[in-house]
Amino acid sequence: MPGRLEPEPIPRRDFLGLAAVWSAVAAFFAAAIGSLRLPMPAVFPESNSKVKLGPPDAFRPGTQTHLPEQKLWVVHDEGGLYALSTVCTHLGCIAGKEKSGEFRCPCHGSVFSKEGKVLGGPAPKALGRLALSLAPDGQLVCDTMTAVDPATRLKV
Amino acid sequence: MTPLDTQSAPASEAPRPGGMSTFLANLLDVPRSLYDSIVRHGPPTSDRTKSQTVVSNFFLHVLPAHIHVDSLKFWATCGLGIVTGVLFGLLCVTGILLMVYYKPSVAEAYDSVKDIVFVVPTGRFMRNIHRWAAHAMVAFVILHMARVFYTSAYKAPRQFNWLIGMVLFVLTLGMSFTGYLLPWDQLAYWAITIGANIAQSPRELTDALGVTSWLDVGGMQKELLLGAHYVGQEALIRFYVLHVMVLPLATCIVLGAHMWRVRKDGGLARPEKPVPAVPPPVSVKELPASTRSWGLMAVVKGQSPHVGAEMEDTVPAYPGALYAIAALSMLTVAASLVLGYLFDAPLKELAAPTVPENPAKAPWYFLGLQELVSYSAFMGGVGIPGIVVLGLGLIPYLDREREDAGVWFSGRRGRTVAVASALFAVAWTVLQLWFTVRFGWLRNWYPEIPQLAITILNPGTVIVAVFALWSIATVQLTRSTRLGAIALFTCFLVSFAILTYFATVHRGPNWDFYWWPSMWPRH
Ligand code: HEM
Ligand code: FES
Repeated sequence: MPGRLEPEPIPRRDFLGLAAVWSAVAAFFAAAIGSLRLPMPAVFPESNSKVKLGPPDAFRPGTQTHLPEQKLWVVHDEGGLYALSTVCTHLGCIAGKEKSGEFRCPCHGSVFSKEGKVLGGPAPKALGRLALSLAPDGQLVCDTMTAVDPATRLKV
Repeated sequence: MTPLDTQSAPASEAPRPGGMSTFLANLLDVPRSLYDSIVRHGPPTSDRTKSQTVVSNFFLHVLPAHIHVDSLKFWATCGLGIVTGVLFGLLCVTGILLMVYYKPSVAEAYDSVKDIVFVVPTGRFMRNIHRWAAHAMVAFVILHMARVFYTSAYKAPRQFNWLIGMVLFVLTLGMSFTGYLLPWDQLAYWAITIGANIAQSPRELTDALGVTSWLDVGGMQKELLLGAHYVGQEALIRFYVLHVMVLPLATCIVLGAHMWRVRKDGGLARPEKPVPAVPPPVSVKELPASTRSWGLMAVVKGQSPHVGAEMEDTVPAYPGALYAIAALSMLTVAASLVLGYLFDAPLKELAAPTVPENPAKAPWYFLGLQELVSYSAFMGGVGIPGIVVLGLGLIPYLDREREDAGVWFSGRRGRTVAVASALFAVAWTVLQLWFTVRFGWLRNWYPEIPQLAITILNPGTVIVAVFALWSIATVQLTRSTRLGAIALFTCFLVSFAILTYFATVHRGPNWDFYWWPSMWPRH
């Protein structure tokens, strides 16, 4: 009889058995990974992320308007209009404007400048700028899912 | 009465076979014969029938037939694992009762919890019990883990059961995290918003490396958890399914494996009695024929129980172990009922997605992490917890010194190391917190500093690095991996406690430092 040190070549029966086991294991894992595809959403509930903000002349030059429902400030400076999100870039609380004009987040104390730049706290990046556009009916529209470069302005 | 007797009909008033009288006799005998059909052995008076009581009962079968006397002593376990298990059972019962009225929809969840509190008979009581038992379960899981660690009960052959325990630890945290959202009040909403964004925080790293556009692990995790980009209906239903179904079921299964392993690893860890150098050969026939599982275990090869080696120090598990478990269960349930009767579980205003709570605090066991998260989202929420879980899991594979399982702190030297490490951890953590509150951190000094620098170097990572060095130094000095492990574990445990306390008491609105919650500015 072959000893432990010189094992027999795998007999055919064992080979078939092992093939069955390993293909079952492989199939199981493939199925498990495939099933994980289901909870990965293909369509998001908020996929229609555009909100109308009203007529653009409501936002006069030199003003800043708070829209709490939309969690943003619409600012009209020399260049034009831009929308500044108040969703903290740290972990998603809502930063509030202080009397000084700076934004402070209640959750872990991040501080942002008037323009949204990080001044302190754990936030890794500046407050987001959101895409503004004009709807065919002339209303100002904000796409809350589309971030834009901080230099972007909408001229009105 | 011997087992054989019970199977034959009572001899005394043997009726004529057949006919109505047999029927009546059988009818009268139903309670007895029913009992005898369930319990197929005599009353547990002898060693043998005591063993049979345990072995032939499905529910008692988690216990071995014989248990080592040392395992029954209070300081062997402090009963912590049992208490955790009882709490889990209590949570399942009260949880199912809550499910009768709870509605997992954004429009109705909050109102249904209000109904549970104000309308449903005993609803408030059940909810309170569920809440306090959930908190207690987390606390007891941690205590149980600490007991196992400090008594070296993770050492061979129990390494793998330690890993199973780690899974249970994570599952427990998962259950309590998912349960936290369900009431859909302000507390729930903002805690989960933060939690979900922590899941997204690997973005902090991928952003800093500039690879987010093609490898967005964080974003995927958040989408998987919430089914959306915000905490809404999709998130609520996902959390609900996880909370009432997936995680409890997984816990039941893993718990089964945990208990099974405790027995297969030879019962609870205990100090080894000096065993003769050459163990006397044990043959299956020599063993007391009391129970079949003893016979079976003798044939199992490998590191399973040293059958026969310590037989003289064991007692039948019935009734001693059973009494102990019953007493612990009574105490646990009684304490939960008293807490539930005296204290109401909080329920804040309805969730308002545009007005965060200020301060928005997670449940206490996550507050230590929240403090770390306030330095760096990725490190505090993913990086450091990941390192800690990984480190805990590796303990039994890195510290393989074989002596003294079942001895607290492995004796005097270990106790010294533990005390020294605790003092060191207190000193360092307090110093670090004082420094951060007083002087701020890199971003306050160099506003333009790249995020990557802060992610890598922040008060949290500094603490971890210092503790790692401390424990490496301990290994070097004492030439013992066990003492090094004690140093590291103690440091983390103590630091966790301090951070938790600090974030609970000394952090107020805007996460600012306050000496006392009564000093928070009122709005
Ligand atoms: C089978 C087991 C369980 C079921 C069926 C269950 C079910 C529920 C239900 C329906 C709620 C919502 C009702 C409410 O908010 O008052 C809830 C809340 C909660 N559960 Fe569970 N649960 C189980 C186990 C656990 C475990 C093991 C933990 C933690 C270790 C836990 C922690 C919580 C927490 C923290 C809440 C929030 C409680 C509150 O605010 O009232 N649950 N659970
Ligand atoms: S969420 Fe704003 S600082 Fe943490």
